[in-house]
Amino acid sequence: MPIIELDQLRVSILGRDGTEVQPVREVSLSLDTGRTLALVGESGCGKSMTCLAVAGLLPHRTRISGGSFRFEGTDVFSLSSAAAFELRRRNIASVFQDATGSLNPVRTIGWQIAEALRLRRGVTQAEAWTEAVRLLGRVGIPSPEARARDYPHRFSGGMNQRAMIALAIAGRPRLLIADEATTALDVTIQAQILDLIADLQAEMGMAVLLVTHDLGVVARAADDVAVMYAGRVVERAPVRRLFADPRHPYTQGLLGARPRIDRDAARLVTIDGVVPPLNAIPSGCAFAPRCPHADATCERQDPQVAGDGSGRFLACHKPGAVRIAA
Amino acid sequence: MRFVAVKLLRAALTLWLVITFVFVVLRISGDPTDILLPDDVTQAVRDFYRAKWGLDKSLWQQYLAYWQSLLTGDFGMSLRSGMPAWDMVMERAPKTLLLGVCGLGMALFIGIPLGVIAARYKGTAIDRGVMSFAVFGFSMPNFFLGIILILAFSLHLRWLPSSGSGTWAQLVMPAFTLGTAFAAQIARFTRSAMIDVSNRPYMRTARSKGAGRLRQVVSHAFPNAVAPIVTIVGLKIGELIGGAVVTETVFAWPGLGRLVTVAVANRDLAVVQTILILLAATMIATNLVVDLLYGWLDPRARDQRRASDPRQEARA
Repeated sequence: MPIIELDQLRVSILGRDGTEVQPVREVSLSLDTGRTLALVGESGCGKSMTCLAVAGLLPHRTRISGGSFRFEGTDVFSLSSAAAFELRRRNIASVFQDATGSLNPVRTIGWQIAEALRLRRGVTQAEAWTEAVRLLGRVGIPSPEARARDYPHRFSGGMNQRAMIALAIAGRPRLLIADEATTALDVTIQAQILDLIADLQAEMGMAVLLVTHDLGVVARAADDVAVMYAGRVVERAPVRRLFADPRHPYTQGLLGARPRIDRDAARLVTIDGVVPPLNAIPSGCAFAPRCPHADATCERQDPQVAGDGSGRFLACHKPGAVRIAA
Repeated sequence: MRFVAVKLLRAALTLWLVITFVFVVLRISGDPTDILLPDDVTQAVRDFYRAKWGLDKSLWQQYLAYWQSLLTGDFGMSLRSGMPAWDMVMERAPKTLLLGVCGLGMALFIGIPLGVIAARYKGTAIDRGVMSFAVFGFSMPNFFLGIILILAFSLHLRWLPSSGSGTWAQLVMPAFTLGTAFAAQIARFTRSAMIDVSNRPYMRTARSKGAGRLRQVVSHAFPNAVAPIVTIVGLKIGELIGGAVVTETVFAWPGLGRLVTVAVANRDLAVVQTILILLAATMIATNLVVDLLYGWLDPRARDQRRASDPRQEARA
């Protein structure tokens, strides 16, 4: 059974003037225990909103307006808010981009991790502290005993991200959401953090939902990839198949826009045009205005997501029309 | 320690400036003999008193003489009563301290919870209600609120005495009058500090680890809002002292406020100077305490302070 299943998830933001926009429109995903799913796409495509909806951290004036979310078979949206809160508290943890900002500046690192343990597992303060120190050591903080008493401003960004990971895995959650968790870090630190997450995942059997716009991170860390555009998943496939044989013109464009060291190119290929604003998403295929292959059908009719029976899901009228050499 | 030494040095400099400024302003604002002596006394009598009080010397000589006596702990004699100014001030100071502490305590006790609640229910009727109270409390002058209270609770309901300072019942209305405007300001400031904090990423972390609403506010948001609140309270202590002068007059509360009003009207130089020195010292001490508290409340400030101390750096 998949650990999470999203079916046609919709998220709406209510404007002060009563208008409503949908940063997430019909997102369907599933993720199995021990696997890593990467959500990729440009800024504003709804990948972070999808994660916040799963973690129950949607900001003010934002709500889930449709679809379902099953956690190990339990329909989370039909639970009472207290029961959903409890389920998420025990099972879902998040790591964000700004690690230093995500830690409370007036609390010690150890206190913050111990608090997570007390909340998720109801252990005593002393037990929680011992475990917090162990976790800090586990994520690679040197002399964790002493560093547990330090405040976040004494740590570097990379160390804070390690501490955030320790906080997230405290109490062994079933799902770890890493929302641009390595984006702000140096490339070497980024690789260390990704390896750390992979090790912990193998050790604890967690599922990982990885949000990134860095295809290098995807190639390194993900098992499956879901490409999002304007609030929808346009293509989903195992990572090797997606990189080797992208079908959606948007995926092709993303892969084509990577800088390559093995090619001699005067300039990077880019995708023409911009992401449509949330209040002006085209009625047909949202990508049609930027798509090199779009025709009248694309502009008229929104393509539905269809599986090909072998693990690839695609929402496109003219898939793979012209292959971009990848 | 270097940090504290620098602060103390700065405090001493401020105090010296205050004393000098007050001294000069009081001397050039008019001759005390004009007010204290009857209009029809002869010039000889006038000169006698001027010599007796040292007013015949040059300003510079008077200033040096004043410092000489200050350094031996002598704050001069009241021209009016002939008592030592220090004793007169110390007789009144505890009353003002009592009123100030009660007013401040009430302001914190009411203002901080109101601000926290308003921030928590931002944009709702609760928030608007609290903020309306704050505007009301803030814009109501002390003398007006005091008189309204006297009319309501002393004259009409006859629950509380309108003046005096002997019993706790007599303290209620002055403390309330003094505290209300301050409470309103603290509520407003606490609200904005809490709203600012609640948008920080670490509050999302608190939610994501499953902290309940109360824990989010008490354990995560409030400790971050305390340092800015303490700072603003320290800065506003001066206004509280100013408010005390008015409040004491309305309720005939025998504190420094009333003493200073009378002393200024009489050009009772030594008394006015002593009171102003005491108030300035209080303000300076408050600021010092706030600075120290700030470092204690915010670990980042604590480290910056250490970093600015070369000896500490050398050790590390």
